[in-house]
Amino acid sequence: MAVLDILDLSVSYTTPRGDLKALRGVSLSVPQRRIVGIVGESGCGKSTLISAIIRLMAPNAQIRSGSIRLKGAEILELSEAQMRALRGAEISMVFQDPMQTHNPVLTVGRQMIDIQYRDKLSKTEKRKRAAGMLALVGIPDPEARLNQYPFEFSGGMRQRIAIAMALMAKPALLIADEPTTALDATLEVQIIKRLRELQEEVGCSILFISHHLGVIAELCDEVVVMYAGEVVESGSVRDVFHNPAHPYTRALLDCDPGHIKVRTRNLPTIPGNIPDLVHLPQGCIFAGRCDKRHDACAARPDMATVNPSHHAACHLIAVRETA
Amino acid sequence: MTDAGLQGPRSELGEILHHLVRDPLGLAGLIIVTVIVASAAFAPWIAPYDPIALNVPDRLQGPGGAHLLGTDQLGRDTFSRVIWGGRVALQVALPTIGGAIFFGLLLGMIAGYGPRWLDSLIVLLFDTVRSFPTVMFALAVVALVGPSLNTVIIVIMATSIPTYGRVVRTLTQSLREAEFISAERSLGASTARIMSVHILPNVLGPLVVLAAMDIPTVVGLEAGLSFLGMGVKPPTPSWGSLLNDGYNLIRNTPWLIVAGGMPLILTTIGFTFLGEALRDVVDPKLRGKGGK
Repeated sequence: MAVLDILDLSVSYTTPRGDLKALRGVSLSVPQRRIVGIVGESGCGKSTLISAIIRLMAPNAQIRSGSIRLKGAEILELSEAQMRALRGAEISMVFQDPMQTHNPVLTVGRQMIDIQYRDKLSKTEKRKRAAGMLALVGIPDPEARLNQYPFEFSGGMRQRIAIAMALMAKPALLIADEPTTALDATLEVQIIKRLRELQEEVGCSILFISHHLGVIAELCDEVVVMYAGEVVESGSVRDVFHNPAHPYTRALLDCDPGHIKVRTRNLPTIPGNIPDLVHLPQGCIFAGRCDKRHDACAARPDMATVNPSHHAACHLIAVRETA
Repeated sequence: MTDAGLQGPRSELGEILHHLVRDPLGLAGLIIVTVIVASAAFAPWIAPYDPIALNVPDRLQGPGGAHLLGTDQLGRDTFSRVIWGGRVALQVALPTIGGAIFFGLLLGMIAGYGPRWLDSLIVLLFDTVRSFPTVMFALAVVALVGPSLNTVIIVIMATSIPTYGRVVRTLTQSLREAEFISAERSLGASTARIMSVHILPNVLGPLVVLAAMDIPTVVGLEAGLSFLGMGVKPPTPSWGSLLNDGYNLIRNTPWLIVAGGMPLILTTIGFTFLGEALRDVVDPKLRGKGGK
């Protein structure tokens, strides 16, 4: 059974211009003890998706349809209080900017002890556990460091503290929202390795959001490619990265500096812009920027099967199959 | 000072005190404030005479001799009256500031974190109160209910609440959008927990600084009202009534007005120094950095 199942989720933002349909019919699933990556450019709905999962949405956001199941139980119907009980216990989150994720005027120890408010332990035991978690994420001399303030730690250390706090209650699902974007390349590798180790140690699943293809390839088991509020392709990292079925995924991979073989002054880009999500175009959402556009693209493509664990929303797959 | 935490756990208060005495401005402020507070607290033991005992034969004596700061037109010992006047000043200032902080925090945090309509309502209330000039408002209330210490306290408190409330509201609003608040919420913290554990300590620092700087203002207001005869009732010594007594006799006995004015000036200097130094110290990030 999957830890997280999202089925046909649609989320809209009410704006003065009309409904901004930020997510449309998004389905994905995070199996137990797996790391699933979500990749897509800015504005593709990654953040909306995670805010919907943890239900900390902007006031003007509304879930229009769909279902989100955690370990098989529907969580969209839970009350705010029930949702709060899940947060930190079953679903945790690590944020993008480690410099901003801690209360600047409280010591790290105080914050780590406070977040264990659900457990009926003595303060000494909670403190011991906090130190244990710091040791687990690789912070040396954890006992003494609990007395320090966030500003006394480096960015990489702060992100590891954030991960320690998120994993404290051994959640079933950890959502990581671009946790390495604000860090430099060496720290990025460190955090990625640490996340992998921790995932095995704690036995949780991770939903990892990034726009960095290399990080996804390195860390994740499966990947979901999103474009303009829709899932365009999903499958194992190997299938999607070596045999991309959707033109958008292909274009995205072509733009990755790590993939470029020829020396060039100008990095390749995908021509055009993301469509207006208030006034959606008819048919395939990517048609306006697609180099494989043809007549069939006037109709909205369904998710087609490339192989049993690899799907993409493109008419070309069906064509290839029938041919 | 990056290893501050490794020197062993020192309490938050100890940490602040430690850094405060290293700053010459802070040390000076701390000494002056300690002297003022101690003399007010131990007034019965420090004051050589009864501050309201009349001794007409000894009236209007110059400084020195049996009376350190001389006597007033009724023969009361000026030094004793200054000491006891300090007690009155702090009796007004402390509950006033304390109450203003309490209500300012309460209303400010509600306005800053609560729904928009409640925010608008509270801000409207603040603006209404602030639109009254404090002294005029105080005079009007005193004229209605008669002069007393409690009236002065309540009036000054009511007019000070918006000052604190606005600072708290603005800080809460900017903190509400901070990522660490989202992070705490994503880990399951309730609104009450976010308010008490995360927003309150962030707001308290600036508020303490504001309060330290505000004490001279309140002391000055009390003195001003007493000077006008609208504060404490006559036999009770107050720096304001001392000034008033001295003002009438300034040509012949200037020491009276000096005796009333000096403690006001000292209070202002002391608390302002302390507030300035506290500002650098209450923020853990600024502690022990650079010269100041």
